[in-house]
Amino acid sequence: MTLRKRAFKNLSGIEIHGTYAGADIGDFDYTRDLGEPGEFPFTRGVYPTMYRGRLWTMRQFAGFASARETNRRYRYLLSHGNTGLSVAFDMPTLMGYDSDHPRSKGEVGRCGVAIDSISDMEILFRDIPLDEVSVSMTINGPAIVLFAMYLIVAERQRINFKRLRGTLQNDILKEYLAQKEWICPPVPSLKIVNDTIRFCVESVPLYHPISISGYHIREAGSTAVQELAFTLYDGLTYVQSALESGLTVDDFAPRLSFFFNAHNDFFEEIAKYRAARRLWAREMRQRFRPANPASLALRFHAQTAGCSLTAQQPYNNVVRVSLQALAAVLGGAQSLHTNSLDETLALPTEEAVKIALRTQQILAHESGVVDAIDPVGGSYYIEWLTNRLEAEAKSYFDKLDEMGGMVRAIELGFPQGEIHRAALAYQKEIESGERIIVGVNAFTEPKEPAIKMLKIKHAVERSQIRELRARKKQRATRRVRSALQRLERIAVENGNLMPPVLDAVRAEATVGEICDVLRKVYGVYREAANL
Amino acid sequence: MAKRETPRVRVLIAKVGLDGHDRGVKIVARALRDAGVEVIYLGIHNTAEEIVSSALQEDVDAIGLSIHSAAHLTLFKEIAKGLKQNKATDIVVFGGGIVPAEDLAILKRLGVKKIFTPGASLEEIVRFVKSIPPR
Repeated sequence: MTLRKRAFKNLSGIEIHGTYAGADIGDFDYTRDLGEPGEFPFTRGVYPTMYRGRLWTMRQFAGFASARETNRRYRYLLSHGNTGLSVAFDMPTLMGYDSDHPRSKGEVGRCGVAIDSISDMEILFRDIPLDEVSVSMTINGPAIVLFAMYLIVAERQRINFKRLRGTLQNDILKEYLAQKEWICPPVPSLKIVNDTIRFCVESVPLYHPISISGYHIREAGSTAVQELAFTLYDGLTYVQSALESGLTVDDFAPRLSFFFNAHNDFFEEIAKYRAARRLWAREMRQRFRPANPASLALRFHAQTAGCSLTAQQPYNNVVRVSLQALAAVLGGAQSLHTNSLDETLALPTEEAVKIALRTQQILAHESGVVDAIDPVGGSYYIEWLTNRLEAEAKSYFDKLDEMGGMVRAIELGFPQGEIHRAALAYQKEIESGERIIVGVNAFTEPKEPAIKMLKIKHAVERSQIRELRARKKQRATRRVRSALQRLERIAVENGNLMPPVLDAVRAEATVGEICDVLRKVYGVYREAANL
Repeated sequence: MAKRETPRVRVLIAKVGLDGHDRGVKIVARALRDAGVEVIYLGIHNTAEEIVSSALQEDVDAIGLSIHSAAHLTLFKEIAKGLKQNKATDIVVFGGGIVPAEDLAILKRLGVKKIFTPGASLEEIVRFVKSIPPR
């Protein structure tokens, strides 16, 4: 029989055979390679009961325009069954600039919510009890500042820090690799990450101080193998760096969390999550020998792949998102964001985000896929693919070890180059028609129907700047100045920045003012414009 | 007999504004270079002024900008203003990114020759750039 193609290759370029059998997984050993759910090496999941005990957190990433408008969206999401919040900040906030900075022009509130000071943050979480709703914040360069603002809102809500749950993305390494929103160079940035980890260990014990993210690496064009390898290696780098700062592994490793993409290749994605858990457990045990088994367990959030959505025939995106979300659930995600059908064009409308949320609810309550734990485990194909992804990621680890670690590899441009080459190859496959994307290079339609879109008004920027300036006039200038001076002194003396940043936030210093101190002391990171 | 060289198009490719998502821009820059276009790649996080001054300094025929952050109206307006002030409106400005249909006409009025939206092929982009007459 002739086949449709000469070779069947998955998204990572791995050749897939027609059938898999026992010989493909060699000396497969249940206890060594899978283990029970909740047990080493956690291939089947991090908890003994998984979704039978508790469903994943349905956490839609949201933020646009002003804190007031975003707060309204949060309450809308919560009222429709969203079970956790996830804050999207605008570009100026991500880069540590205030809304009135010249570089912020045109960008305020467009890709996320504009936050300049503690007043904005209070409005953002108005009527949202922070001891009941877990909050995740996608912020990296200025993570310490936004985390401090969140803590001060809790303080003003009279909530003990020990009861706060949530996640700070705080993953600066993947910014250099992929997303490219940063402030300082890698070495001081890692020091600031350590300061937040230490503060959480001591004062905010239920909070995840970092979410080591492959999502953006994948969105930048990497393969699943590269996403897996670079993310876990970033994780090992943070562990090493925290140990060097004087923490012990069991202090913080149980609070590390991860964030992966859920892309189109269904089985590869499931295998990726399983391989991630097993590889992390094995590497952590071998490299750092923790005493607490929880230090070996990889918990993760997943988001469906924004880069897989198409502007053409946008309703098809609902189907893509369903399949991707199903892969994340079969892969044992602890929390999930499903993209809205309109997100390739703009931030989502209320109607679109509701369908995305309902997709998760249908998976959880109607499909039955949550009843048995790791339901695909034991499939010859899945186990072979899990082994293969783990082995390929491991060979990247060896390369990175040889280079002298991730910071050095970033300086050499190694992961950036690997990601760029993969992105280019993927695009070429689409251009040549080798890879079919429905509605883009096949099954196209001459005319696209217009869909409703969320529009951010120009007035948002003007009113944000007006409010920022008014607030700056009302505050005690001397108190702000002395808080910023103290922050600078402690930064120069290499002390923990968390207490002085908290004080600066209490004094109503802005994101930009605090980040200016960091820029002054540690310098600004610049990337060479290489192709 | 010496072959007569057709002058190569010189184009500045960059991201403008604070958005660092450079997957698309790097692929486009690479494809243009592979197709024989002279590409000056400026990378990410450029201000409008930086783009204009580099374009003048490098004496380019065209400027191609990638924007996914929805700041396109403001940033293209600033670029158009900068080119006008420097009497360099003959430099062709084009772009790519997430731009809603209703903004396309506004950008056209600002003098932006072409915007490539999601799904545009590299082939289309290369064809467009190669059709730009050298200044």
